[in-house]
Amino acid sequence: MTQTTGKLLGWILGTALAIGFVVVMGQLAIGPAAQSMVPAPATSAGLTEVLFYVLAGVTIAGAAGVALSHNILYSAIGLLMALLGAGSLYVFLSADFLAVAQLLIYIGGVLVLVLFAVMLTNRITEITVSNTSLGLWGGLMLFVAVAPVLLAVALVTPWATITPAAAAHTTETIGDALLSRWLLPFEVASLVLLASLVGAVAIARKEIKAD
Amino acid sequence: MLSSPQRKPFSPRAVLVITLAVGVLLFGALFTGILVLTAAIKPVMIAAFLRQVVGVDPATWPHTTLVTWVSMAITALILLTFGAVISGATVWWEMRVSARMQSRIGYNRAGAGGFLQWIADAVKLLFKEDLIPAEADQLLFRVAPYFVMTGFALTFVALPFGEGLVAADLNVGIFYMVAVTALVVVGILLAGWSSNSKWALFGGMRAAAQVVSYEIPAGIAIMVPVLMAGTLSMQGIIRAQGAWPWQWFVFTNPAATVAFLIFFISQLAEGNRTPFDLPEADSELVAGYLSEYSGFRFALFFLVEFGNLWVMAAVLTTLFLGGWQIPWVSAADWTAARGALGDLPGAGWWGLQLLSMLVMVLKTLVVLNVIVWIRWTLPRIRIDQMMNLCWKYLVPFAFAAFVFTLLWQVLLARVPLLATFTGFIMTGLFVAMAALFGRQVKANIAASGDHVDLTNW
Repeated sequence: MTQTTGKLLGWILGTALAIGFVVVMGQLAIGPAAQSMVPAPATSAGLTEVLFYVLAGVTIAGAAGVALSHNILYSAIGLLMALLGAGSLYVFLSADFLAVAQLLIYIGGVLVLVLFAVMLTNRITEITVSNTSLGLWGGLMLFVAVAPVLLAVALVTPWATITPAAAAHTTETIGDALLSRWLLPFEVASLVLLASLVGAVAIARKEIKAD
Repeated sequence: MLSSPQRKPFSPRAVLVITLAVGVLLFGALFTGILVLTAAIKPVMIAAFLRQVVGVDPATWPHTTLVTWVSMAITALILLTFGAVISGATVWWEMRVSARMQSRIGYNRAGAGGFLQWIADAVKLLFKEDLIPAEADQLLFRVAPYFVMTGFALTFVALPFGEGLVAADLNVGIFYMVAVTALVVVGILLAGWSSNSKWALFGGMRAAAQVVSYEIPAGIAIMVPVLMAGTLSMQGIIRAQGAWPWQWFVFTNPAATVAFLIFFISQLAEGNRTPFDLPEADSELVAGYLSEYSGFRFALFFLVEFGNLWVMAAVLTTLFLGGWQIPWVSAADWTAARGALGDLPGAGWWGLQLLSMLVMVLKTLVVLNVIVWIRWTLPRIRIDQMMNLCWKYLVPFAFAAFVFTLLWQVLLARVPLLATFTGFIMTGLFVAMAALFGRQVKANIAASGDHVDLTNW
């Protein structure tokens, strides 16, 4: 009984935090930005629009697959679909470098490593080991709490479309920005990578000593 | 022909004529299609075509978008078909060369020199039973070949065939090429796991470990020509080079030579070619990740493996060997041949394009042939040697080449003549080495009492 109450309390607290986060972010970030946006004029549904909706559908289906699948390998494939879809949406924003970087880093790097790690384990089809969930009630409560806020944000915001410049050269701009204005964050990010590399070596070394 | 003993076999002359006809027609049609369509799907060309040939204004004509999309779809189809056909032809060439190197006869039944064997093999694979093991993961087992095929097919988007002959001259060309190959790894991993067989799983794991490791030296080595050209675009990298060997990136910068070798080795490893064919080492793992595949799904894996040779060779040619650059034809000549940008180009421009395609295809075929030689010359290395080679030798050398190129570019900005000077010296060295190699081969053949015999090809 106490365990259930504790769990329930945890969920309520988590939900409140999520709602608070969305509301604060909406007020601070989306609100002012939305004020200055001009609603886009309705455009005719061409092939590009159809393509956009197909890709958006793939992204959402992939994300749903990650959350709903009972097999962790299928979750990984869902993640692949979601990442691919998000990457192709960057192309619509004419951010070609970002789209390719997404493909290379998230699919060529992260996802392959995830698959690799998953395959090294043998009990991967057991839900209780790999895909534990905290019950139907918790999920439902989180959904009921968050869905209206997210829906409100999606419906109230006057989404504006900016017609992107046709295939602008983004690589040079990104390079310049990384090495001038954003030099410090760039270097800090590389420090984080270095720390994780050192950590990986430390962990791997310990295993060899124990043998 | 056992069932019809009364039927006379074709005479050797007829077989030769049929084989030549098939070869010339197939490759002629494909290369013509690529030549015309990749050049023609650019918006400027479509607009000019509509205005001058069809006689409508492309800005107001309602079907302009439709024409664009349809021509793009046909181009995609032709490029895919080219990938499949060149893969088949590569199998034939590889089998002929390997037979020659191992004193066997090799393909010699279907068509002259067995040239039609790959068509017969493909048809046979189409008719085989599509077997899915009962214990396999049904969905992922079926999905895996699509990932592999997609990763392969997408490379043709940015692969140059000539000056204006590329489906899309992406601004991030070479970066894109590296990124889409990642899908192949995902497919191989899935194939290995979903087969539910220990051989396949081991093959898949080895393939993933190998490809992920060798992507790092390959990626750093690619940075060298990118730094030298100042662009990621495939066409931009070729335009930064010249037509003569001493103007190629591989010879103008000592670090680029090192990067060329590193990239070449890494490409062999990423393509799972001997001496790096551990993922499908037949003496240890049956056939690795494709042990359980049969029929059309197996054909797809096989197609990608051999089609990759063309992609590999073309990327190497683009990055280091001057691509499609034609001697005595400068960038100004191309602009002059093109004429006004709003018009359809004249015959001179198309002739130049054809010539540039010829140069590119020739260089690619030479590199492809070297890859085939290597496969039948070197033994397979062990898995620890493979990892050692990558992490202890290729990665540090690639970084050194990268840093050297940075300094080199700074130096070049002050002394531009240095590139020409180095180019001549390195080309001279290469020619001298090739001559010495040839002399040694000749001496070896003479010493063993053998002689060069090309009669039984």
